[in-house]
Amino acid sequence: MQPLQQLVQQIINGLVIGSVYSLVALGYTMVFGILGFINFAHGDVFMIGTFFGLVLLGTGHFNFTAALIGAALLTGIAGVAIEVVAYRPVRRFGKGFEDTMLVSAIGVSIFLETLAQIIWGTETHALNSGIHSVDFQFWGLNVSSIQILILVTGVVLMVVLHLFVTRTVTGAAMRATAQNMLAARLMGIGVNRIIAITFAIGSVMAAVGGMMVGAYFDAVYPLMGWTAGIKAFTAAVLGGVGSIPGAMVAGVLIGLVETLGSAYISSGFRDGFAFIILILTLLFMPSGLFKARKGEGKV
Amino acid sequence: MRLRWLYWLIGGIILFLIPHVISDEYWMHMIITTGMWMMLAVSMDLIYGCTGQLNLGHAAFAAVGAYITALLMLRLEWSYWLALPLSGLGAAAVSLLVGVPTMRLKGLYLGLATLGFSEIVRLTLLMWASVTRGPMGLPGIPLPTFGSFTFESKTSFYYMILALLLFTVFCVYRIIHSRVGIALMAIRDDEIAARAMGIDSSRYKILVFVVGTFFAGIAGSFYAVYVSFISPDSFKMLDSFMIFAMPILGGIGTLVGPLIGALILYVLPEATRVFAQYRMLWVGILLVVTMVTQPLGILGGLETLAGKFRRPKNGVKAE
Repeated sequence: MQPLQQLVQQIINGLVIGSVYSLVALGYTMVFGILGFINFAHGDVFMIGTFFGLVLLGTGHFNFTAALIGAALLTGIAGVAIEVVAYRPVRRFGKGFEDTMLVSAIGVSIFLETLAQIIWGTETHALNSGIHSVDFQFWGLNVSSIQILILVTGVVLMVVLHLFVTRTVTGAAMRATAQNMLAARLMGIGVNRIIAITFAIGSVMAAVGGMMVGAYFDAVYPLMGWTAGIKAFTAAVLGGVGSIPGAMVAGVLIGLVETLGSAYISSGFRDGFAFIILILTLLFMPSGLFKARKGEGKV
Repeated sequence: MRLRWLYWLIGGIILFLIPHVISDEYWMHMIITTGMWMMLAVSMDLIYGCTGQLNLGHAAFAAVGAYITALLMLRLEWSYWLALPLSGLGAAAVSLLVGVPTMRLKGLYLGLATLGFSEIVRLTLLMWASVTRGPMGLPGIPLPTFGSFTFESKTSFYYMILALLLFTVFCVYRIIHSRVGIALMAIRDDEIAARAMGIDSSRYKILVFVVGTFFAGIAGSFYAVYVSFISPDSFKMLDSFMIFAMPILGGIGTLVGPLIGALILYVLPEATRVFAQYRMLWVGILLVVTMVTQPLGILGGLETLAGKFRRPKNGVKAE
């Protein structure tokens, strides 16, 4: 393959994996925007979502689309359940208990991982998505239909989310809650309901991302939430925690850096690039690429 | 108060007798490992509990200490008694390297930076195979010797970790109950106000960070000679999270809290080992349940409970 084609090929691969990171990063950034803590359990919600899909596909009654929708719904419910059980009770103590929620999130994360290991074992499962992947070849490039599916799904979901947050009443309520929870409550916004909706949306996005990764690599395993989760929250930080467009752009950027880095610098250090980006971001621009301006763009 | 020395004496005798009463090798192993976790939890509490610096990479500093000890003893055949303090100093030096640039980060951002750093340590240990043997780890770390005595039995390791733990607790206690400790509390409660009072907050924060990670390095060094095998997976991110959770679970800034937290988080899963698979499940449930019911940790909860029964002192209710 010519150097130029190879570069373009790697960029395409990076975009594909990056759009999955973006989907997962949205869950981190939206929750952070409202509650001010990193939901460490989000990576495991991503994993649980993929396992839901695996089970639904395994029954044989569902095709990939149906399983995707089913898994997304179930994961949305699971996300809300986690919020209600593990985070909502902490909020009743008032402000300044973000670290308490952090520990609670660590607890949820450990719980979900162990549960998945007990139910499905520690081994890697094939998703058997049933997608008949076709490789398109042109100009020396190789693009599979799964890659196109991932990119399109990612872009569509992100556009829908953006419209939802900026154009609907519920979206406005979400933005208001993120700006000032107390004031939002005084204005008659059901803050707990809005937070539950936020968790539901984040979890649905994570489940879709998980199904996409599962179909792409044909691998589902209980610890898959760790690496994906960490890259996604790196994306959330790079984008500026709390900023939805930031998370979208940064997720794709992380995917690109990681793919290009492992192709041209060191493939063994593949998972390390995200951390270097994380540290550099924190050192040199802690507010991220998209500094959420007060009252705008920040969920 | 006059009986205080008696309590100390009884406590000392109990601690001294433990290895002679418990003969089961497995339980001794549990106790020794718990001691190591307690060291990590107490040093974590110095960093997090006293200045509110979120450190999500404590296990990585223990890894640095463990690798320094292992490499010094294996490659250069140094004595453990030289490697031990050097491991602590090495971890402290690394923390200075990390701490100085990240010190202006606050709260969660510092937590994420330390977390990213810990993962970079792990990847470095994996990739730098010519020195660390990468994922294969370093087996056969020699046992420490003292004159003609070799630390081999569980009993001898028990006394070693007991001494290290007591040293850690003593140092942390002295720091908390000193002029520095008061400055630290001021920084934790309101950093801006503390600075306005003339407290050089950055200096104190780095000091505490460096001292705390020094003990993490010592704990890692102990782990290396006790288990005699280390690999990059010996200190995972999950371990950092657990160390972070220990003081919060027990009650931060109390010195006893982290000890309780370490005891519960480490012993509880082991005690349910009959259901080996389920052990971490309990840890997860325990963390969530404690946090949603006792945000100040177990000690905080007990104090609230005691406050309900205690007669207010001098007519003023203790807060």
